[in-house]
Amino acid sequence: MLSDADWGAIRLTLELASVTTALLLVIGTPIAWWLARTRSAWKGAVGALVALPIVLPPTVIGFYLLVAMGPEGPVGRLTQSMGLGVLPFTFSGLVVASVFYSLPFVVQPIQNAFEAIGERPLEAAATLRASPLDTFFSVVLPLARPGYLTATVLGFAHTVGEFGVVLMIGGNIPDKTRVVSVQIYDHVEAMEYAQAHWLAAGMVAFSFVVLLLLYTLNPTGQRR
Amino acid sequence: MKTSFRMLTLALFAAPFASPALAADVSVAVAANFTAPMQKIAVEFEKDTGHRALLSFGSTGKFYAQIKNGAPFEVLLAADDETPAKLVKEGAAVSDSRFTYAIGQLALWSAKPGFVDDKGEVLKQGAFAHLAIANPKLAPYGAAAVESLTRLGLLGSIEPRFVQGENIAQTYQFVSTGNAELGFVALSQVYEDGKLKSGSAWMVPAGLHAPIRQDAVVLTKGKDNPAATELLKFLKTDKARAVIKSYGYAL
Repeated sequence: MLSDADWGAIRLTLELASVTTALLLVIGTPIAWWLARTRSAWKGAVGALVALPIVLPPTVIGFYLLVAMGPEGPVGRLTQSMGLGVLPFTFSGLVVASVFYSLPFVVQPIQNAFEAIGERPLEAAATLRASPLDTFFSVVLPLARPGYLTATVLGFAHTVGEFGVVLMIGGNIPDKTRVVSVQIYDHVEAMEYAQAHWLAAGMVAFSFVVLLLLYTLNPTGQRR
Repeated sequence: MKTSFRMLTLALFAAPFASPALAADVSVAVAANFTAPMQKIAVEFEKDTGHRALLSFGSTGKFYAQIKNGAPFEVLLAADDETPAKLVKEGAAVSDSRFTYAIGQLALWSAKPGFVDDKGEVLKQGAFAHLAIANPKLAPYGAAAVESLTRLGLLGSIEPRFVQGENIAQTYQFVSTGNAELGFVALSQVYEDGKLKSGSAWMVPAGLHAPIRQDAVVLTKGKDNPAATELLKFLKTDKARAVIKSYGYAL
């Protein structure tokens, strides 16, 4: 059924998706908060930048990441001067790429949730002399919980489903950059259709269950 | 009356495309390593015969899967000789059309001038973090690279530093962007008009691996298309062979 290499790819994919999602929740929250609250002229530009990975083909993202993170690229020069070497062909490189690639899927649901809260709960908290930080943790976060659930699930699932970017910058190294989608591709290309089927059907089932959970736990229109 | 009208419309529609008599289109699946020479050959082919070759580039393994699943290709220029043979055996290709159009030359290449010496000693010194190869399971050039390293007794020490391209074009991309210091590519990718385009390279001696025979074959879908047969005939002309050789292939 599944070989050791297949299991390695599954483990790696779950690791990548978990690390990426955790990082995205941390990075995405301030971005979403700023986008939800700001009246700055930059709002449109930043919003567009965040949404870019939705419309760009993964090959474009992968190609530019490969060039930017390479030894001659701006990111590559920076990581080299910091003594980190270059990022392509490493797990960290995949994490950086995935954070960028899945950013809109985390920022947008959180931003929507923040916007739906509106001014009034914040004003009420302020009149009760809650500090902004206190307000954020005791009022905003609980109210934005459905948004966070959606963001977590979509960020995770989208990273699991990533293919083009990983193909471009991963280098197909077992247990480091060979994720499930790449492994499936290899099986298909090598005409090992039986093995490809096991993994591919697993992906279909996994994605369905994840979305099912999301829609059951978080029906739209539920308490805003 | 009705037929003549139809003939007339047909003639009207066909007129702009029919510069020489009976010009046709032929869709060709081309192995990624043969991209550059084939683009040149297609131009010459159209000039000489009026037929147009519509080229798709990719890995031979992917083309095999697509052809088996009804892809509309009429000719396959493979990166190996096994895939065309297999297609013939499975009834998806015309058996007597098969022939070797080029023998691939493997090159160890770096985008940096002077990085790869002309004896390949750089492999033994091992002053590199990543060596790019095409996935040996899928790509003949990748398999030849692994075979050569095995023959040199270096596979064990270098394998942990492999980064794999899905096909030879991606392998080239890893090296040309400098992300891998060096890699095994097809000479045709870094060679033009009898010399290296950039960087430094070692031509891997043919004795280190089984020859990379690249076979062409007319697929079942193209067996009634005269342009398909013409294209294979054209590949055997001196003109086409000169182009093929100028990219470093043996013949």
